Amino acid sequence: MKSPEGGSPDAIAPAVASGGHGDIKAGDIEAGDIKAGDIEAVPLRHPGRWVAAAVVLVLAAMAAHSLVTNPNFQWGTVGDYLFAEPVLRGLWATVYLTAIAMAIGVAGGIGLAIMRMSANPVVAGAAWVYVWFFRGTPLLVQLLFWSFVGALYPRLSLGVPFGPSFVSGDANHVVPLFAAAVLGLGLNEAAYMAEIVRAGINGVDSGQSEAAAALGMGRALTLRRVVLPQAMRTIIPPTGNETISMLKTTSLVSVISYTELLNATRLIYARNYQTVPLLIVAALWYLAMTSVLTAGQYQLERRYARGVAPGNTRARRTEAAR
Amino acid sequence: MTTAVEPMVRAERVRKSFGHHVALRDVSLTVAPGEVTCLIGPSGSGKTTFLRCVNHLERISGGRLAVDGELVGYREHGGRIHELRPREIARKRREIGMVFQRFNLFPHLTALENIIEAPLRVRGERRADAVRQAEELLARVGLADRAGAYPAQLSGGQQQRIAIARALAMRPKLMLFDEPTSALDPELVGEVLEIMRQLAEEGMTMIVVTHELGFARQAADTVVFMDAGTVIETGPPATLLTAPAHERTRAFLAKVL
Repeated sequence: MKSPEGGSPDAIAPAVASGGHGDIKAGDIEAGDIKAGDIEAVPLRHPGRWVAAAVVLVLAAMAAHSLVTNPNFQWGTVGDYLFAEPVLRGLWATVYLTAIAMAIGVAGGIGLAIMRMSANPVVAGAAWVYVWFFRGTPLLVQLLFWSFVGALYPRLSLGVPFGPSFVSGDANHVVPLFAAAVLGLGLNEAAYMAEIVRAGINGVDSGQSEAAAALGMGRALTLRRVVLPQAMRTIIPPTGNETISMLKTTSLVSVISYTELLNATRLIYARNYQTVPLLIVAALWYLAMTSVLTAGQYQLERRYARGVAPGNTRARRTEAAR
Repeated sequence: MTTAVEPMVRAERVRKSFGHHVALRDVSLTVAPGEVTCLIGPSGSGKTTFLRCVNHLERISGGRLAVDGELVGYREHGGRIHELRPREIARKRREIGMVFQRFNLFPHLTALENIIEAPLRVRGERRADAVRQAEELLARVGLADRAGAYPAQLSGGQQQRIAIARALAMRPKLMLFDEPTSALDPELVGEVLEIMRQLAEEGMTMIVVTHELGFARQAADTVVFMDAGTVIETGPPATLLTAPAHERTRAFLAKVL
């Protein structure tokens, strides 16, 4: 750690640079013999753009034509099943699976990120191993593993380590299908969220923690009141991406027979063999949900970009000083 | 009675090294209550490092450093030095205000919220009391009308004045200033120094790392010249700044004046 002795060059330079020309506006530098106003020039032609646009439009027209005319799409069947009760139940399962898995992921990610930065090497190492394991194995494998946890540990119990147990139960009852799905998705997500949270926390200027320490604030208070609120600005956008990704990833739990949106449609086409229209039903719903989330993410990002962006503070500061 | 008053800060042969780099070697100085001490010297002379040691933002490697009669970061018990718990260190820091070169205001909080944060959460004051005190402090630094502004909406000078108010809100016995005007546009330096001058007149004990020799001459009781991690010369500003005893002090003053 170096002490910031003296004004380092980068501390002085911007201050000097912004000092002099505070009052120059665009209008002040209008030269005498050149008229202000728009230049009237012959625009440059861009034939390549027209060709590219034509190619894209033709391809789009072909796709649209085939969507309408190919009877195998069976749009009527799609319409019949789009709001069918089992599909809507699957849709709901997908929504709350996403919500709970993300809640576990975010909470776990914050916990792991804090562990990773612990001064205790055992705690930090444990977090590292967790991230290494859950990012290093396929989610599909983890989901299957959770659904077969009963084969590994037929009985689960809660008690003193290596001592007596207070409660115990059959693993297949303790970890039902829903729990296996949520654990598989959530614990995996926590590993990814941990890296996102860690990057966010590391992105907060160390001067913030020092200022808090100088005021007598403890580590936990500093983290909660000073560091995390600022880290949120960098944590929120990638978390939005993770949520959108999670929404689609929930379709993987169909392999352990948990009935969410995709599995609901599969169960239907297994009976009536209308495979393509029912996959279209699922795809339309996924598209609708990701569209909603994308709009929400856009709003969130706009909100967190407002007011304070660390990169622009100098510009704003000098602006305010004028 | 001839017993001297217990000094606010007493440093005895303080050493600090970062790996192989020795930042402070055998720095000894005392600051009496109510006294203003300015630390001057070239970049890398250890002024800021020493200041950071006083509130234990840096841990000293050797020597003794006491604030108001108590060791900083350690406790003496049964002839041995024990490290303090983080909670005890935090408690000591409440009594020492610090103002940073880059202000370090909390950007997600308004000026008022910056000031009441520590009184509310660290000292557990009632919100109404904390707000009343913060409003008084804002008035004192001339920013009563900017209570609701976020740091990014304030000029550097205004931010630094808020930072001073934030430190004062904990009613410290000692204020540390780490080059408080070095990151400011030249025309904004005066407003910050003016607040510091007022504080000095009110009898606050202050240690100020600064390049503003004009301020040192006016407000300081003692000026300490440091170079290469050691104290070269200590004295009242009138003597040290006009008739320094050491060649290195003379050379430094010739460069900056």
